[in-house]
Order: sequence, then C-alpha cells, then structure tokens
Amino acid sequence: MAPGSVGIVQTQYYTFAEPPHELELESGELLGPITLAYETYGQLNEDKSNAILICHALSGDAHVAGYHSPDDKKPGWWDDCVGPGKAFDTDKYFVICSNVIGGCKGSTGPSSINPKTNKPYGLSFPVVTIADMVNAQRHLIDYLGIEQLLTVVGGSMGGMQALQWAVAYPDRVRSAIPLATTARLSPQSIALNEVGRQAIYKDVHWNGGDYYDSEFRPHAGLSLARMIGHITFLSDTSMHEKFGRKLQYGDKYGYHFKTEFAVESYLQYHGDNFIRRFDANSYLYITKAMDYFDLANGYGSLARRFANVKAKFLVISFKSDWLFPSYQSKEIVSALMANGVDVTYCDIDSPYGHDAFLLEVDRLTDLMRDFLKNVFVKAERELVSL
Amino acid sequence: MTPAPTRADFDVILDIVPTRAKVLDLGCGDGELLIRLAEQKSAIGRGIELSELGVRQCVARGLSVRQGNIDEGLGDYPDASFDYVILSQTLPYVDDPRAVLCEMLRVGKHAIVSFPNMAHWRARLCLLLTGKLPDDVFPGPRWYESPRARPVSIEGFLSLCAREGIVVAQSIFLNGSGQLHGILKNSLWATTGLFVLRGTCTTCAAERGPARHES
Repeated sequence: MAPGSVGIVQTQYYTFAEPPHELELESGELLGPITLAYETYGQLNEDKSNAILICHALSGDAHVAGYHSPDDKKPGWWDDCVGPGKAFDTDKYFVICSNVIGGCKGSTGPSSINPKTNKPYGLSFPVVTIADMVNAQRHLIDYLGIEQLLTVVGGSMGGMQALQWAVAYPDRVRSAIPLATTARLSPQSIALNEVGRQAIYKDVHWNGGDYYDSEFRPHAGLSLARMIGHITFLSDTSMHEKFGRKLQYGDKYGYHFKTEFAVESYLQYHGDNFIRRFDANSYLYITKAMDYFDLANGYGSLARRFANVKAKFLVISFKSDWLFPSYQSKEIVSALMANGVDVTYCDIDSPYGHDAFLLEVDRLTDLMRDFLKNVFVKAERELVSL
Repeated sequence: MTPAPTRADFDVILDIVPTRAKVLDLGCGDGELLIRLAEQKSAIGRGIELSELGVRQCVARGLSVRQGNIDEGLGDYPDASFDYVILSQTLPYVDDPRAVLCEMLRVGKHAIVSFPNMAHWRARLCLLLTGKLPDDVFPGPRWYESPRARPVSIEGFLSLCAREGIVVAQSIFLNGSGQLHGILKNSLWATTGLFVLRGTCTTCAAERGPARHES
C-alpha cells in the first residue's frame, strides 16, 4: 500500500425514508425507501467538528480513496486528495462521501428494485434534482450524528451539491469548496447533456429504459455519451499535449475507418470502460438533475439566493475549463461578495480543462489544505469558547 | 523564518488604519500588509490579487483573497462595505485610474493610495538634462521591458483629486529615509506620495447615476 493511502475500505449502506415516511422530492413525487452507499475515512472527533463531506461528480461514487481489496488496480476516484497527510488529511479529519440518489453505485436509482413491483424502477424512477441529492445526504449526516460539517467540497456536479448545501442548510456548513462548477447550468452544458441522452435514447437496446431483464443493454448509446463527455473534460491544449495527431498503431495512415488516431483510441477506451461500470438510465437521471440546477431560479438573482449563506467559501476554477468556464465561478464569487460572505477565489492557470479538478493535485492541495486548516482552527477556537 | 523586508508605505498605512478596521487591499501580493494589519491592528482584511501565486501565499497565511484584476474586481462589493480600501504602489498599473479611485471611494469609507512620485527632482533633472525618461537612466526595468505603467506625479494626482471633488484627508510624502516634514515636504524630495482620501469622485458619480442599493 502506498504511503498516504487510507488502505482497505468498505462501502457502507444507510436506508431511510421507509414508507409511509418517503422523501418528498422537489418535483412533488415521493421516493422511499432510499438507500445511500457511503464510505468514511478517518475518525470523527469528540466534538464532531472535523467532518468533511465530499460530493462526487456525474460518474463518481462513494469510493473516494483507498482500495476495496488488495487486488484492486486503482484506488478511489480522489485518492490523490484524501488520506494521511493529503489535502483532506484523514489523520485530522473525518471524511464522508456518499453516492447520489439516481446513481448506480449502491444508492437508490433507476436500476434499483422498486419494492412495490419487485422489478427495477427503470423510467418509473422519479426525476431527482441536485436539491434532492443533497436532501438525501442530509439524512445521512443526521444519521452520523453530525450537526455541522467542517466543509462540503466537490468538483463539477459535486460543486453544485456543495453550493446547494450552503444555501439549503446554512447552519450546518462551516465552509464550502466548490470546484470547477456553476450555480446554474449553462445552455451549452445542457446541450451537451442532451446529445449524450439522445445517444442513449436512440440505442435500440435502451427500449424506453426497460432493459434490465434483457440480454442486451444500451451500451452503444452510453459509450457514445461518455465519449462526448470526455471531449468536454479536456481542452484544446490538453488534447495537443496528450495526443497531438499521434497515430495509435504505426506511423502511416491506413486509409480505412478503423481506430487510427490516439485521440480516437482514448475516447473509445473510455467509452468502452464506462459501460462496464455505469447504468444508462442513471446517466439520463443525473444529467437531467444537472440541467435543472439553477440556484437563482425563483429568487430573481443569485445574490438574493445567497442572502442566508453563513459558510466561508473557497471557490476554484480553471482557466482552460470550457465546460464550466471561469466566468461561471466568478458569478458565484460576485453574488457571495454582494452578501458580504467571506470568499477566497482562485482561477488556476491549468491546461487540463475541466479534468483539472482531478489533475491539478499539488496546487489544489495547497489551497484546500491551507484553507481548511484555517477553518478548522477557528472552529476549534469557537467550540472552546462556548 | 527571516522577516520579510518591509515597505516604507506599509509602516505609514499601519499607523493610519485604526484598530479593528475592515480593510480591502487591492493588489495584496503575498498578503504581507494584510497580515501586519491583522496582527498589529486586529484588522479584518480582504484582498484582491492578480497572481495565482499571490493568492496561494495569502491562503497559506489564512487570508481571504480573491483572484482578479482591480479594474473589474471592485464592482461586487456593496457601498461602504470597508473602512479602508488600500492601493499601495499599484496606481500606475491599473487600466482606468480614475474609475478605480471612484470605486475605492464607493466601497470604502476611506481610500489610501500610495505611488512612486515621478516628479522627484532626480526624475525631473534627468528628463531636462538627458532628454531620457528616468527609467532609461536609473537602475531597474526599462520602459520597454516592464509591464505597461503610467508615470504618476504628486502634483498630477492632487489636481485630479481637486478636479473630481475628492477630499484629501491626509497627505504623506516619503523618501528613502522616511517621512518628509516642513519645508522638505515637497514633491521635489518625495519618492513616494501617500494619500488618505474621502468623498466621491464627481465624474464617476455622475456616470453612475443615483445611488445603487443592490449589486
């Protein structure tokens, strides 16, 4: 096991909202029972002041760090930032991550069995929103006995959840770290999500979302959606750096339509990989949740929506990210500033596009570790003076 | 750690700013002034800094700083949300100095501005005798190798304030050995001018129209 690793970890499950106490969703529909898959790392301290909630992005899961078994090839999705001595130092902090509802990595979603029919929900699963995901997480945090989170952090859709936490539960969030994210999904991002969904709808094996009993799955559609996604995670510069015009095999053009350029091979690899670990219906539900995300909706302006925010903020964007461009983070910063919120903003000059929030480990570690240290010291001081 | 070299105008600013003031430092660099204000004056400080490195250094020191440029960065702060807004040695580098001054006076109850004085006698003599701009003669970056900067003189700055109705509450002239007083308090001898300002800038206030309440 590499130094700085949390080692072998286990996914845990928490079930709540058993009928007749179903969770009321933003749409007005009811969902229950709900199971959340989650993992925790480190120890919750006595005054429960060291809890950090990490929110995952579109295709993420509860497995942030460490390994499930000694044979695992890859650690959790943000292992670079979670572990002893890392940005989220598990020697100091208690780190929690749960899979979102609507997902397919252990939490209740369209591929779960609907207890009323004993069949997978499919498209009968209600449409969920970012607010619903966060509401469900809040039940988990209640169950873990944590009154206030030291920080809520996440990139991309995880950042949306961090923002949602800060507005929905202002007393329960001491600080928030939204990375490479937005307070309202842009039409460009909605468009890209829609193309991904269309790829799935148009796959004959999707069958209106009813494919769980079939021997065929909408793999072609899902992998195409993922390929589109991967283009949006990169940047022009990072594609030049990573692939250039390199050919995958040999150095001569083949004058055929097989996979030839390195960039094609990369996209296909990621598309093929994705179908093994992700459910097409979950892809539809989660992208839809992102599309609906607009914190200003019903409030007139983002500044008005942030009026009740109490958390201290560290907002980070990446200059080459064109999926969630810096201006969208600056909008968040402006609206927070208008309310006198304590905000730090950094626009990291990285060539890696949207993926930078997973790749710029050193610079992010500096910022997040130092920011958190300060928030934690202040939290401890306040608790002592109580 | 070795103590960082201090800038003469920082000492003056530390004298001026009252205890527990709310301070915004424009172009705060590594956060040195904000840290000293916090430690010595229990000030609540915020900063705006252009460089990512500066922002990271500030965060490491526990400061809250926003990365951005001064010309666009002030619009989000509500009126009079700070006691002092500070622009130390950065005036020559902003795109629109008058607009920045105006915004500083809107956001802050006071503004503190310091800048290198281009009307120091050596600069005047240099232009008169050699025909070259001072930066062609003195050590340091030449005009063609440094970022765009406009020369500012104490006289020019004060006449702008007078024209715009900006109140100069305090003026301090500095040279290498400290503050200049009496007959020596003259632009000829000052390498740096530092001014505490109040009021509003008439041109910008007219452009802005009636007072705004929400950003």
